Amino acid sequence: MADLIWLIPAFPAIGFLINGLLGVRFPKTLTAWIACLSVIASFAVSAAIFVQFLQLAPESRVYEKTVFDWIVSGDFKTQIGFRIDALSIIMCLIVSGVGSLIHIYSAGYMHDDPGFRRYFCYLNLFVFMMLTLVTADNVLLMFVGWEGVGLCSYLLIGFWYEKDSAANAGKKAFIVNRIGDFGFLLGVFMLVGTLGAAGVWTLKFSELQANVHLIGPGLATAITLLFFVGATGKSAQIPLYVWLPDAMEGPTPVSSLIHAATMVTAGVYMIARLNFLYVLAPTTLLIVTVVGLLTAFFAATIGCAQYDIKRVLAYSTVSQLGYMFVGVGAGAYAAGVFHLMTHAFFKGLLFLAAGSVMHAMSGELDMRKMGGLRKKIPITYWTTFIACLAIAGVPGLSGFFSKDEILWMAFSRHHSFWFWALGALTAGLTAFYMFRMFFNTFHGECRASEEVKHHIHESPKVMTIPLMILAVLSIFGGYVGVPHLLGGSNHIEKWLEPVFGHHAPVAATHSAGGFGIVSTAFASTAEGHGAGGGVEMQLMIGAIIIGLLGIFIAWLFYVKKPDLPEKFVRKFQGLFTLVHNKYFVDELYGFVFVKGLFKVGKVCKNFVDETIIDGIINGMAGALSGIGGLIRKVQTGFVQGYAFGIIFGAIIVIGYLISRIL
Amino acid sequence: MIGIGIGFKWFIFVVAALMATGGSLMMVTRKNPLYSALWLIVTFFSVAILYVLLNATFIAVAQVMVYAGAVMMLILFVIMLIHLEWGAQWERKLSFAKLMGGIITIMLFLQILAGVFTYSDSGQKGIYSAQKLAELGNTQAVGTLLYGKYVFAFELVSILLLVGIVGAVLLARKRND
Amino acid sequence: MLPEIPQTLYYLLSAVLFTVGAVGVITRRNAIVIFMCIELMLNAVNLSFITSGNFLNSLDGTIFVIFIMAVAAAEAAVGLAIFVLIFRLKGTVHVDEFNLLKG
Repeated sequence: MADLIWLIPAFPAIGFLINGLLGVRFPKTLTAWIACLSVIASFAVSAAIFVQFLQLAPESRVYEKTVFDWIVSGDFKTQIGFRIDALSIIMCLIVSGVGSLIHIYSAGYMHDDPGFRRYFCYLNLFVFMMLTLVTADNVLLMFVGWEGVGLCSYLLIGFWYEKDSAANAGKKAFIVNRIGDFGFLLGVFMLVGTLGAAGVWTLKFSELQANVHLIGPGLATAITLLFFVGATGKSAQIPLYVWLPDAMEGPTPVSSLIHAATMVTAGVYMIARLNFLYVLAPTTLLIVTVVGLLTAFFAATIGCAQYDIKRVLAYSTVSQLGYMFVGVGAGAYAAGVFHLMTHAFFKGLLFLAAGSVMHAMSGELDMRKMGGLRKKIPITYWTTFIACLAIAGVPGLSGFFSKDEILWMAFSRHHSFWFWALGALTAGLTAFYMFRMFFNTFHGECRASEEVKHHIHESPKVMTIPLMILAVLSIFGGYVGVPHLLGGSNHIEKWLEPVFGHHAPVAATHSAGGFGIVSTAFASTAEGHGAGGGVEMQLMIGAIIIGLLGIFIAWLFYVKKPDLPEKFVRKFQGLFTLVHNKYFVDELYGFVFVKGLFKVGKVCKNFVDETIIDGIINGMAGALSGIGGLIRKVQTGFVQGYAFGIIFGAIIVIGYLISRIL
Repeated sequence: MIGIGIGFKWFIFVVAALMATGGSLMMVTRKNPLYSALWLIVTFFSVAILYVLLNATFIAVAQVMVYAGAVMMLILFVIMLIHLEWGAQWERKLSFAKLMGGIITIMLFLQILAGVFTYSDSGQKGIYSAQKLAELGNTQAVGTLLYGKYVFAFELVSILLLVGIVGAVLLARKRND
Repeated sequence: MLPEIPQTLYYLLSAVLFTVGAVGVITRRNAIVIFMCIELMLNAVNLSFITSGNFLNSLDGTIFVIFIMAVAAAEAAVGLAIFVLIFRLKGTVHVDEFNLLKG
């Protein structure tokens, strides 16, 4: 089976090629079948490998396969090779699994769209690129996947390219991503250079891990910081998150797949994959945590003031990604990946449900124009309810376990109450705005127009079945990570131990770098034995209470007393405007960077291009012209002058000859 | 030239040389081109005398016939044709250009002198000494060489002369427009 | 007893004639006179050839001079025809007027 790991990315690539090259004449069903089957086939291979892994010992759960040499330059060698270990198999399962569900959903959602074939080509291409990213065995191939998903994101966001806003959103996504990628590349260059200076020329993960001790802490901080810049671009953290809300211009399944479940998690995956490097740079990890936390809180506040349901979900994604970065920043890589997994389930579900609502409401997005859909689209209602419970961290569903893990790790690793407090507050805000959206959309009086009310109907089965499957996963998907505190055995922690437990214990400012919360809680001398368990329990209960409080406030505002929001907004008009307009960050960027660049461009055009360069070229032409004018004066047309010249030349030559003789 | 006393030879040489130099100087300085042409004829004659002194009798005669005869006739005809015989288009003024020209030419002269005075024979002499030439006959010897060893060049020169004749006739033709 | 006339004197004479001719070429303004000065220069060179031929007991100098003369004659013919044409065109043979090649 190890030899066949290249099939995982290959199947969607084949689907893309078939649909792209031959699919012009295919009927819609055939295109959809090919696309979905290719992703399902990937999922099947991943599942088979997963089953095989279960039978192997933890240390030998690594499959590597090199396909061919890609770059060979002196001592530096990079190959096209794939690596499946405990971490990447989880990512593969998530990507291909959730991906196939979304493909099936799209077959129904995009049914009436003229760009049907193009859509599935891009979607398959995206899955191919994402799988390349997670199965790559070296940094360069991972970067290929990284760029590829950025490209597909651009293509899919700007899918309805005739719409100006969509095209602009696609451009914005790509450009902002590019800025992050620039940081990433700089990190790659530094990494190669640093290791190269010590004689090791490689970018393969296994070899990097073996040689990581050659990198000093200062350089490691720089390198990891640059990689993190790339992660902020791809995974929409401060300051490069601005593209994600605009990316909602794309079709909703795209938002679900790319901007909830898979692409935006690439940054988290990258940090988890390079954990052996990050453990050498505790400063960077602190920065990662802080940025993640701030992003989580910041985005949550904006989410409270949006009326567009997809925008709410977008800011929610940014916020949850912040949580994942808090997790990996605290050294709890397993917790971050766990939250990644559960987030894929419930956020993917939320977006698909939003698509279902839009389908029912004939494309309406504004939650002020919805309401009372509870009885009319029951499947969508119940699945959305389950997802909202999950994201709010209600105990018993998947979101609770993963979020709780992260909050605990943030507290214990960095010994900071304020980290936990901000995280818990954000959790409360998350619960609030999610249920605000939920109540506004499904409860109360229907505020839609008559015509729209007529057409409200449940989505076809091809769309609702993926919703139901994801709902089930949202409930039960968290049970792989039940912490020891509550009696579970935290399977996911153990599963990921071979990947995350292998870094050298140096440079960790806190004890026990990266082993599960079990070890930290129980072996850490700072916490003490019983006190660790007690504090964790207290924090857990605190988070639960805050979450439930958020739900209660949402219920109060939007179900019990619907006039409260109005009064609230009127009282805090200024604050509300600020938050509703996303703190004017886009306008700020536009003013500073975009206008600034335009000004620089103008200067370049006027001064550098016209004055200097054109001046040089024209000046040279003018100089040559002038010299020509001077030399032209020799041509007098005067024969005796020419005779004079001849004699003069003869004198010189004869003089030379005579001097030789004499 | 054989059979004449060396003193007489010197006398003829000096006279001829002075005549040549003087004639050329006069030629260059006359205002009227007709007078220039006539002085040139004088110069040609003196050079012919010098040729005789140098045992090149054939050339001496050719010089008189071709140069002093044909070429100078041609020049005189052209002067008449364009009515220059009354002369004086030339204002005698000593401009800077003329001064520079003169200086440069003097320099050339000095360089030639340097070449002349540092010249030495290679030592190997040919076979046609003065006695042998007197024996064979100058013209005969020249003819033998010309039609023998140098016949190729001779033919080429004849073609050249043909071209010159045709060219001259062609150029001076009246246009029938 | 006087010595033979040394060849240096002949060469000297040739140099003088050549220089006079060169001065004339550069200085005079009448095209016909310039042409005559050129003929004078050719004659000076002829003299030089004959001299060397004589003092080296060779007839090669003579042959050379024959060819020079032939060429000079042909050149005279063609050149004077051109002068006539130019006179017809310009109405004068003053070389200062012939500046059509002026760049």
